[in-house]
Amino acid sequence: MAELHLKSWRFRAEREADWRRLESLLTKAEAGGVGKLKREELLELPVLYRQALSSLSVARSISLDQSLVAYLESLCTRSYFFVYGARARLPERLARFFRRDWPAAVQALWRETLASLAITVVATVVAFVLVRGDPDWFYSFVDPGLASGRDPMATTASLRATLYQETTAMEGLSGLAAFLFTHNAQIALFAFALGFAFCLPTAALLVLNGGMLGAFLALFFSRNLGVEATGWLMIHGATELFAIVLAGAAGFSIGWAVAFPGARSRVDAAAEAGRRAATAMAGVVVMLFVAGLIEGFGRQLIQLDAARYTIAAVTLAGWLVYFYWPRRPAP
Amino acid sequence: MTAGGVTQRLRGLKVRREPDSGWREFVTPEGVDLRLKVGAYVERFSAMALDFLILFGGMGVFSLAVLAVLWATRAAWLLEALGVVWLLVTFVGRNFYFFLFEAQPRAATPGKRIMGLRVVAADGGRLTADAVFARNAMREVEVFLPLAFFLARGEGVDAALITLGAIWSGVFVLFPLFNRDRRRLGDLAAGTLVVKAPKKVLQPDLADTERTASQGLAFTPAQLDAYGVKELHVLEDVIRAGDRRAMKEVAERIRTKIAWDGASDIPDRTFLNAYYAALRGRLESRMLFGHRRKDKFDVS
Repeated sequence: MAELHLKSWRFRAEREADWRRLESLLTKAEAGGVGKLKREELLELPVLYRQALSSLSVARSISLDQSLVAYLESLCTRSYFFVYGARARLPERLARFFRRDWPAAVQALWRETLASLAITVVATVVAFVLVRGDPDWFYSFVDPGLASGRDPMATTASLRATLYQETTAMEGLSGLAAFLFTHNAQIALFAFALGFAFCLPTAALLVLNGGMLGAFLALFFSRNLGVEATGWLMIHGATELFAIVLAGAAGFSIGWAVAFPGARSRVDAAAEAGRRAATAMAGVVVMLFVAGLIEGFGRQLIQLDAARYTIAAVTLAGWLVYFYWPRRPAP
Repeated sequence: MTAGGVTQRLRGLKVRREPDSGWREFVTPEGVDLRLKVGAYVERFSAMALDFLILFGGMGVFSLAVLAVLWATRAAWLLEALGVVWLLVTFVGRNFYFFLFEAQPRAATPGKRIMGLRVVAADGGRLTADAVFARNAMREVEVFLPLAFFLARGEGVDAALITLGAIWSGVFVLFPLFNRDRRRLGDLAAGTLVVKAPKKVLQPDLADTERTASQGLAFTPAQLDAYGVKELHVLEDVIRAGDRRAMKEVAERIRTKIAWDGASDIPDRTFLNAYYAALRGRLESRMLFGHRRKDKFDVS
């Protein structure tokens, strides 16, 4: 009977077993990761993949069975993404992120970080000066919901009380920490994403943030609580404000790449900047998590000004060393 | 497919617009073009709707479970712990649901899997975790910002500002409508594409003359020259679909066209199978000699 069969039929009959083998290996690998494959199976896969690719080329030129060609295309696509896909396991990926990728991404953003920092500082100083001059400005900078009673109408004693809340139990601490972390991280991600619109909305968010900071500080300085308030703020603020500055920088880098792509095409520039900024942003989320922990636990448990300042200084120095300590370039 | 093509289009260099089939060249390092198809708007929207359904459905169920536990125990100390868990779970869900699924080897969320889509790096390289993070962080301005403007209520100047904001954020939402590769903002910021990558099963070969009842029918070369590749593919679809009425109609058309004078009591399916196998054999052997007959109008 064999001579009655089409060439394309014989072509398929000879290779079908290999295709099915590749398919079953792929299904196994996709379901449970590479770990599920045995050693010999792992070695077999690229060979089968190249076979399938060559089958696809041949099938396209000799077979008019469209379901066969479609099957081979789908099979080759699946195995292509498996063979050439990233296969680092999660622990390795995380280790690489913390050891190299994150600091490198932050270092690459140094110019944007400086710009972001400058905007925040200017906004803080302007708000500070304005509120010192006329306390009514306070309401323009601070959302009453966030102020929760810490406004110019409050008495000095009640303001002092907010700085040194006596908490007898652990109640309220972890909840506050979780809330602050999710809230801040959401804002940071938002600032990053807004950068795409040519930097301006990100800058506006930074100005708002800095303005709020300046207004609060001005209020406390006007009651001679400046040093205490700074300690209260900076114990976690060293981490949190740094993270927000970095989030702004990440947003700027995308917006800048889109607006001024230079020699590259706009699409390539955006993709490159986006990926680098995304690495920095993943790190910002980690930083904000740390800040949330410090804010929720440390700030309420540590009541001594000196201790607060020490923690602030140590964390800030730690972050700076971690990010900017010169490293050997990646191999 | 290539980024270069996109930029060319964005720069407006290409004046003449052909209707876009969505197929993109995707050449592997081995030099074979995999021909990927960019995901259609409907598929991508459905995938997103499914994902949000799963995500918010899951969050809703989770919230109810938390409330149920609180109500059942009425323990004050639990309130705190559950509140923390709830906050963290919703945060992770909102920001990392897409990331966690797309960073896996299959590079697709459940919604995308159902619609047969996956995320690929536009340059054909490997899809890295930072790209996946970037494309999903952008959802913040593509979904949540417009949603916030849409849900905001205000009067006077506020209303005007909200309207302006909604229009402005609408640009982000509608972004995929204005580029050839249907990339959204996140795809652009990460250099990714969403393509069709359905899992196909290998179907039986219709020209397998041992298994399909078609022996005994012979066609003259003239009868086989009535059609080309396009018609062959339509015939394949009709036989595979197996709809009786369609097969009957097609069989009638073919009998008339080729002036079939053989036995008239053959079942339609047998006739179509036989004709398909014979036609494919004829077209394939001509193809081996370098002539691929596009369709029935292709007479050369």
